[in-house]
Amino acid sequence: MPIQSARLLAVGQPAPAFTLHATPDQTLSLSELRGRPVILVFYPADWSPVCGDQIGLYNELLGEFEKFGAQMLGISVDGTWCHAAFTHDRKLRFPLLADFEPKGEVARLYGVYQGNAGVSERALFVIDAEGVIRWSYLSPIGINPGADGILDALEKLPPKQAGGQT
Amino acid sequence: MSRLAPVSATQDHIQGPLDAGIVLIEYGDFECPYCGEAYPELKAVKEAMGEALCFVFRHFPLRQAHAHAERAAEFAEAAATVGRFWEMHDMLYENQQALTDRHLMSYAKRLDLDAKLIESALGGQFAARVQHDFSSGVRSGVNGTPCLFLNGERYDGPRDANSLIELMRG
Repeated sequence: MPIQSARLLAVGQPAPAFTLHATPDQTLSLSELRGRPVILVFYPADWSPVCGDQIGLYNELLGEFEKFGAQMLGISVDGTWCHAAFTHDRKLRFPLLADFEPKGEVARLYGVYQGNAGVSERALFVIDAEGVIRWSYLSPIGINPGADGILDALEKLPPKQAGGQT
Repeated sequence: MSRLAPVSATQDHIQGPLDAGIVLIEYGDFECPYCGEAYPELKAVKEAMGEALCFVFRHFPLRQAHAHAERAAEFAEAAATVGRFWEMHDMLYENQQALTDRHLMSYAKRLDLDAKLIESALGGQFAARVQHDFSSGVRSGVNGTPCLFLNGERYDGPRDANSLIELMRG
């Protein structure tokens, strides 16, 4: 754990830019979301065999995140068609991005790629409206981290109008 | 980072003495199959531990995943107003495949809930009470259902009766 955590991008660093496919024919860039907080959820794979799993849980909580004006993005190395099927099956209401080609490139940028397994760690980032990482958390791979840490981090963000912070 | 809401004698649904040495809190969803699997296990734990255990049930309906979970939770709250929460809790878990409004109304009648109470349950009278539990769960680190907290700490281990009893007696 400590070795892995050392690689995780730290609080105060600018969130690395990326553009990934959100659907087979649409891409999404992190920069498009500047001006509002973003919750980046790296997870190992779609189709985790439990209900109420991490992604399913967040789907239940979008209302809570929206109170902070925050946009949630899921990222895994699954391809867009896989994400599309998973989204449809679980009735997901937030984008899942395909970190598919080059595989895991964005996970590597954020320091959360597991080379051996070929998937991302289970890691969370809260990025403020200015694009700066304000909170990050690496969960043991088998443990669903829940949402309390995300909500605590969103609560601690400076008010949006305070903008212009360095 | 989690802040587990303390057990409240007036708010919570409790089995066993409040001052028991072991407190087990379940955040559950009546339509969740994993909660359904845990139900007989937790029942066995309660029987085995007797007065040494205080068991608390809180609602955590996964509304997007389970179309009937919210309404079922609201009916359990309706039953609670006439002191029959646990009977409804058991009935719902024993009939997880049959949780449409029609089914819920028949369970309510079986427990002698009157027409007015049933109507208020159908009208969303108990939604805020269910949401109260849900929100407390979110802030406590609930990460899916069922989610257990043993003496204030989230418990992510095996949920079979033997494992839990062994842990509690250990």
